[in-house]
Amino acid sequence: MSILVHKESRVVVQGFTGKEGTFHAQKCIDYGTNIVAGVTPGKGGQCHLGKPVYNTVEEAVLSTKANVSMIFVPPAYAADAILEAADAGIELIVCITEGIPVQDIMYAKKYIKSKGSVLIGPNCPGIITAGEAKIGIMPGFVFKPGRIGVISKSGTLTYEAANQVVLAGMGISTAVGIGGDPIIGTDFIDLLKLFEADDATDGIVMIGEIGGELEIRAAEYIKEHVTKPVAAFIAGQTAPKGKRMGHAGAIIAGSKGTAQEKITALQEAGEKVAMSPARIGSTIAELMKKSNSQ
Amino acid sequence: MNIHEYQAKKLLHFFGVKVTRGSKASSPEEARLKAKEIGSENWVVKAQVHAGGRGKAGGIKFAKSLDEVFEKSEKMLGMTLKTHQTVGAGKIVRKLYIQEAIDIEREYYLGIVLDRRHEMPVIMASTAGCMDIETVAAETPEKIIKVGVDPITGLKGYHLRKLGYGLKLTNAEMKEFNKIMIPLFEAYQKTDASLIEINPLVLKPDGEFIALDAKLNFDDNALFRHPEIAAMRDEAEEDAAELEAGKYGLSYVKLDGNVGCIVNGAGLAMSTMDIIKLEGGEPANFLDVGGNASAETVARGFELILRDKNVKAILVNIFGGIVRCDRIANGILEAKRQIDVQVPVIVRLDGTNAVEAGEILKQANIRQILIAADLQDGAKKAVQSAEGVSA
Repeated sequence: MSILVHKESRVVVQGFTGKEGTFHAQKCIDYGTNIVAGVTPGKGGQCHLGKPVYNTVEEAVLSTKANVSMIFVPPAYAADAILEAADAGIELIVCITEGIPVQDIMYAKKYIKSKGSVLIGPNCPGIITAGEAKIGIMPGFVFKPGRIGVISKSGTLTYEAANQVVLAGMGISTAVGIGGDPIIGTDFIDLLKLFEADDATDGIVMIGEIGGELEIRAAEYIKEHVTKPVAAFIAGQTAPKGKRMGHAGAIIAGSKGTAQEKITALQEAGEKVAMSPARIGSTIAELMKKSNSQ
Repeated sequence: MNIHEYQAKKLLHFFGVKVTRGSKASSPEEARLKAKEIGSENWVVKAQVHAGGRGKAGGIKFAKSLDEVFEKSEKMLGMTLKTHQTVGAGKIVRKLYIQEAIDIEREYYLGIVLDRRHEMPVIMASTAGCMDIETVAAETPEKIIKVGVDPITGLKGYHLRKLGYGLKLTNAEMKEFNKIMIPLFEAYQKTDASLIEINPLVLKPDGEFIALDAKLNFDDNALFRHPEIAAMRDEAEEDAAELEAGKYGLSYVKLDGNVGCIVNGAGLAMSTMDIIKLEGGEPANFLDVGGNASAETVARGFELILRDKNVKAILVNIFGGIVRCDRIANGILEAKRQIDVQVPVIVRLDGTNAVEAGEILKQANIRQILIAADLQDGAKKAVQSAEGVSA
């Protein structure tokens, strides 16, 4: 198995015919992702990239049995798109869009929870199960199949980490970009739970950054519930206080949310933290070697 | 985005929050005129800069006559205010807020901010008014009453009662307090604020609550639906280079080191700063050219970084996903042609078409461009180059 997405996932793309949607949906199709439909209001009935286009997610679900949605809708309408997907019964919603107002996501998250849907993102690169399905904007070739799961707040740093894992002689089971906004649909703990239970994953790489306290809570969770090796990296050890570092959520507020605070929490929970971003691959490799020899 | 106190008070007044009477002034003459219009007997002259801690730094002065308003305003305008919240040399005072002085019975702190953990707004109130809330939180956390407001319920009576009893208000005082709290919370929600602080909130001898100060920050992502708030932006208060970067779609933060860096992606950009430090150097900036980096954005990045004369070397760190590294390599060469790049440029390109990119740079054979094998090698070479130049 793998987590969340696989070959059989039936994907509908919201914002299908736009520039970004078209470009990335094509890349996903090339990768082998089972894209079954697209949604662009006003373009229902057309055919785009060889797939049917619908006006609403509900129609797409009724006609194609789509169960996963990938969203490229502009920020002003993205929360609406998330709600529409959940309302139509989509199980997994992957929102790539960056720049959504935090209040919109706050409300959307409460609603989709009541519907039983899972949201990945927003402001994230998406999710990939190596060799099976790529639902997002990451370069597929970097993620060679293997048995390491990746959870990350960042985009390109995830590619960097996956590349290091591959160079260290291993591969990726599933990699999930959870996004860098202050409120996100799925956090480290949700995914640690899934990876711990996944028989295709032997070890986990967790990449956090400054801002918020998700990493600290993840550290507490790992200590109690995760038996598989976890290698962590926290970006922003040199970030100044009170400045937003690119991601809307990457800000040290007062004295809270520093990299050091998170690194300490992870270390106190007994986790291995790579201090250098160049050592993510070797850190998980060492842990795997140790766990295999036991 | 931040706004000034005078703008914040205007906005809060619009929502029905009782604020002190006052006006903005940009000259001592105007200050005197505004003071006369307000018609009090005592006034407060307040520097309008985007930073807290103004009082201690000399940015808030009392005046007992119109002449004194003039005099204090003249002194304050143009002065550089250095508070615990400003960086570097401080902030130049360009505008003032002239406000009526009021009688104070008691002072409170009142704030609304997003609680990221519980994913809802939290109202914070304290009887320790006028104090830095961070200090109160660290030293006497029991003095802060926190009430989370779930977006599903909205602000209800029981939230208000928790706050009122927590602040040990009498029933009559609670009624008055609610007159401030209800519109304040409405303002927070309707303007997509990310922070509201009233410090101090004042209880006057006549039993009425009034906002003596007001600080508002907004969610940048929501400004598109609040053009009237976006128009309040005071660009003079922001870092010129950061502002310009934003216009190009780049995310830039200036730091104090001498190794510049140009990176695609925020997480990788922070990591690049970190590894420069680990290699013994100091990063000169954070710069994210975005997931869709192009030759153009890289050239703009060079321009911005080179304006900082401390920079002695630049590390370009691109992990090409959707972005093709060969295009970035051409962008670097193009930037070199357009801009006078005097410092060594260390280039680390990995991912899509990295091999082709390496060839392009090798063939161009420019002495100042060093190719790095990986992230660690790039950081090491950049730090060494920067030291070499400065030595």
